[in-house]
Amino acid sequence: MQLTLRVWRQPSPQVKGKMANYHLTDVSEDMSFLEMLDVLNEQLILDGEDPIAFDHDCREGICGSCGLMINGIAHGPEQTTTCQLHMRSFSDGDTIDIEPWRSGGFPVVKDLVVDRSAFDRIISAGGFISAPTGTAPDAHATPVPKVDADAAFDAATCIGCGACVAACPNGSAMLFTAAKVTHLGLLPQGQPERDSRVVKMVAQQDAEDFGGCTNIGECSAVCPKGISMETISRLNHDLLGALRANAVPAS
Amino acid sequence: MGLTCASSYRVLVATVTTQQAGQSAGANPGPKRDPKTGRFGSSVFKKAVMAVTGIIFVLYLIAHMVGNLKAFAGAETFNAYSEFLRDLGEPIVPRLTVLTIIRVVLLVAVAAHIWAAFSLWKQAKRARPVAYVTKKRVQQSYASRTMRWGGVILILFIIWHILDLTLGAVNPAGRDSLPYGRLVEGFQNPVVTIWYAIALIALGFHIRHGVWSATQTLGHSNKRRERALNLFATVFAVVLVGGYLLIPFSVLFGIID
Amino acid sequence: MALELFLEGDPIADTKAPTDVPIGERWSERKFRGKLVNPANRRKMTIIVVGTGLAGGAAAATLAEAGYKVKSFWFQDSPRRAHSIAAQGGINAAKNYRNDGDSVHRLFYDTVKGGDFRSREDNVHRLAEISTQIIDQCVAQGVPFAREYGGLLDNRSFGGAQVSRTFYARGQTGQQLLIGAYQAFERQVAAGNIETHSRTEMLDLVVVDGKARGIVVRDLVTGEVTTHVADVVVLGTGGYSNVYYLSTNAKGSNTTAIWRAHKRGAYFANPCYTQIHPTCIPVSGDYQSKLTLMSESLRNDGRVWVPKERGDSRPPQDIPEDERDYYLERKYPAFGNLVPRDIASRQAKNVCDEGRGVGPGGLGVYLDFAEAIQRLGRKAVEAKYGNLFDMYARITGEDPYSAPMRIYPAVHYTMGGLWVDYDLQSTIPGLFVIGEANFSDHGANRLGASALMQGLSDGYFVLPNTITDYLSAGPFEKVPADHPAIVEAEAGVKAQVEKFLSINGTRTVASFHRELGRLVWDYCGMERTAEGLRKALDRIPELRKEFWTNVKVAGDAHTFNQNLEHAARVADFIELAELMCIDALHREESCGGHFRAESQTPEGEALRNDEEFAYVAAWGWTPEGEPPVLHREALEYEYVHLAQRSYK
Repeated sequence: MQLTLRVWRQPSPQVKGKMANYHLTDVSEDMSFLEMLDVLNEQLILDGEDPIAFDHDCREGICGSCGLMINGIAHGPEQTTTCQLHMRSFSDGDTIDIEPWRSGGFPVVKDLVVDRSAFDRIISAGGFISAPTGTAPDAHATPVPKVDADAAFDAATCIGCGACVAACPNGSAMLFTAAKVTHLGLLPQGQPERDSRVVKMVAQQDAEDFGGCTNIGECSAVCPKGISMETISRLNHDLLGALRANAVPAS
Repeated sequence: MGLTCASSYRVLVATVTTQQAGQSAGANPGPKRDPKTGRFGSSVFKKAVMAVTGIIFVLYLIAHMVGNLKAFAGAETFNAYSEFLRDLGEPIVPRLTVLTIIRVVLLVAVAAHIWAAFSLWKQAKRARPVAYVTKKRVQQSYASRTMRWGGVILILFIIWHILDLTLGAVNPAGRDSLPYGRLVEGFQNPVVTIWYAIALIALGFHIRHGVWSATQTLGHSNKRRERALNLFATVFAVVLVGGYLLIPFSVLFGIID
Repeated sequence: MALELFLEGDPIADTKAPTDVPIGERWSERKFRGKLVNPANRRKMTIIVVGTGLAGGAAAATLAEAGYKVKSFWFQDSPRRAHSIAAQGGINAAKNYRNDGDSVHRLFYDTVKGGDFRSREDNVHRLAEISTQIIDQCVAQGVPFAREYGGLLDNRSFGGAQVSRTFYARGQTGQQLLIGAYQAFERQVAAGNIETHSRTEMLDLVVVDGKARGIVVRDLVTGEVTTHVADVVVLGTGGYSNVYYLSTNAKGSNTTAIWRAHKRGAYFANPCYTQIHPTCIPVSGDYQSKLTLMSESLRNDGRVWVPKERGDSRPPQDIPEDERDYYLERKYPAFGNLVPRDIASRQAKNVCDEGRGVGPGGLGVYLDFAEAIQRLGRKAVEAKYGNLFDMYARITGEDPYSAPMRIYPAVHYTMGGLWVDYDLQSTIPGLFVIGEANFSDHGANRLGASALMQGLSDGYFVLPNTITDYLSAGPFEKVPADHPAIVEAEAGVKAQVEKFLSINGTRTVASFHRELGRLVWDYCGMERTAEGLRKALDRIPELRKEFWTNVKVAGDAHTFNQNLEHAARVADFIELAELMCIDALHREESCGGHFRAESQTPEGEALRNDEEFAYVAAWGWTPEGEPPVLHREALEYEYVHLAQRSYK
């Protein structure tokens, strides 16, 4: 098939970006979206052009590295990761717009690559259970009801790709933050730090130039792992509870 | 497995199109500002303020609508009800005390609602310094998308509404008229009725998303309830707006005169 | 053995395991005999950890908790992206929660046997001992393992094991374990104990007075080349399956860190031991960039077949039953479609080599569920394998419910790696190697659900205990920034970057990588012959020469340049490939993942030669053009008796 790509090109954070057009022929519908970009890049290199930078690694939908805004939808027309999107989802002659995630919290590094270290800092703020190596009791010491374990797992499937932020009209990272708060807050091991965790994580998400959540639901609709809006409700519930308990952290 | 890049792929680098302001922020690590660990700084706290004040408005709106419907019982009943509101609480407390408390609560709630809304709006603007060239909607409802501008319409409407029907300042019946007279004279003007209807429809959308959003913000939504909640929000918004719109159109079509 | 292939070096041996006590006591004895570091001194010592996967992430977190200053480096944008995240199946532990006769000794025994008697008993026993602590640790961190209705952990049998000792979190065990380690890591970042270096790639090791004292790195965003010094360097940089270009590894997985350490003096052990996974989605075209693994559990109900006639291009549904060859059921009536990974893989290759393969390029065999769907009903099949079927449909665009799947083997793990002793220290003092990057525990073949176990064992429990013995002599003398070793290493890295950008040839880096991958796959893949390996050894130096004279690398050295990153990795893969082929050629026996066609039983099974090859081949680097030096570590089996595998 033949395609026209309109791709965001931005050489560095300091330089203004713009959309550039590329025409690609002989695209196989069995190619993955990233393989299509690989082919384009190899040709660009041979033509002496700068290839398009984009993040990717595992290419099996689990590492969370890839993430492109494709025709205005995070990860494109299927609810999956960009690497799992195949060209058969497009038709011959299509024009495809490709942009990076856009958020104050995700500054562009180059072209379609953004800096998502804000997510690491949100986790660093409290997205953990303090269990230093070697201190653990036997794994069966605390049974966990299956429903809780399953719900915690559903939230824990978040791959940290940032599609939620990209899709949110407010540029909010609340679904990401909520997935972690829910995962740890549902487990008995996560209870001691439950209050301080949610307060610190939400404070960090706000400090990173992400927006606030207004419950629109775009995030969950594009999440490749289908993380539910319920996690945000849980986060809200926990945060308000923590504020009532006056759990403002010491640090 | 091919050994070389298939040369049949043709790439033509052509034009450059859209102009967008580039981001100037460097890829430097570290947050933009210190985390706000205070109670009032959190975006979720602001959302809770919106939810709680929103609930106050909804309760008030229900009572207000019930009161409005007394217009169908005639001028006397309606005006008497209006007086009753002023007498409410008497003789335990002096006349107008309860009404004043209600008015103060509403005023504070409006101020808090607007403060939280603007604060979150500002945060959202900061969160997307460069707009998308192409952005599609996947899930969002019309109601959720129009909360902010809908809110602006509503505040303008409320100001006009108070000037019109509470104070009578902009009402054709004048300042010294009785409530029923202001109501009838006002809505006999189709322009007024249409403006009122537009604002009420905006209110409907605002409530449609607001009810769902408040439940979610206060942490009482979950996967099982999601559908039911959204359905309830829609039905509630329709009933409420319908209840309000009965009056002006009844006036316009002469059912109430 | 031809002399020009390699030089015989001195034998090598582990001296750290206390072999004077019984095997079950050696680990605690080693911890007792090793010297400790006073908590006040830990603050004065810096540890570099490269890589943030299960091994590197767990080690960095644990060492930081202990009070050391840790500097962590990774090439992805976040430590959570390391390729450990893609592991699906599970993690073994000798908990015996099922009361089915499992024990530390049984896990030890199974692992040594599964590794085809090419691993070190002491290390494997320690791994089995630690396995139980790993599960405790992960549960305490909040890893959401699968649970039963009673709230206790669920277990399953995996990879043909007779006991249920595998803990799992649906099909995403690696992800959940890695996120556990990542969270512990981020906790230490917040505490100020870990200094992070994101999108930073290690390009050389700094060795001062015979000790590893730092690394030279390139900031992938700015292109800046800098040196970081420390008291000790730890590499947890994963395996090198991407030497094959197409593998199940992440695109970024590479050998560069361990290969450059190897060039600084660390021996590389058993490079030819690679593992092939039989049930991957086959290649669909030239543009293919990676292969996707599907769980082996598919073989429980799927039947593997190819047409009896070569070149039969009819759609599978049109091929009548009597014209199909269910070759695994035919050749291995006892195990049928459930033969071990290496056998299933090799047989698939054989039928494709005969011209009976199916799909694009004839590189695939059918995995047919028609019989299972008829027997169990579509609903039951969907419940069991629904997510795998969906994944297959998404990637291939074919419906596996109506037509058989096509599968083909793919490389997915490398047992070889830098040689380490019982303390996980390489032949360079002060350089420790953990996880898939070392060679330590799996011998010639890794059992299913053991990679995660080893990574976490090394990272959480082994290294933090063994590294103290080395550090007890520290803190070591400061290395000034203008030390000749640093100046030389930095200059070398910069020169290489400049060289890449100056060649300006006519072939892309990817095209070299593809050609190399095809070469290694064909001659040092599932089945190796002396003839094929010699062919590869003729071609690789030519390819290397062409690479260094005709590669075209785009962009410049001072901006984010993914093409430049790839060039450096491919340069190292080419060198590694040569050593892999030499190792494979010199090992004239078949064992585990290394199958030499010349060494097989009359039934076509791998035939070991314990008399001559019961050793670890640890290779010393020599400059280009000189044969590498072989150091042998003899393997002795005190507790597990040598036996031939049989699956007839």
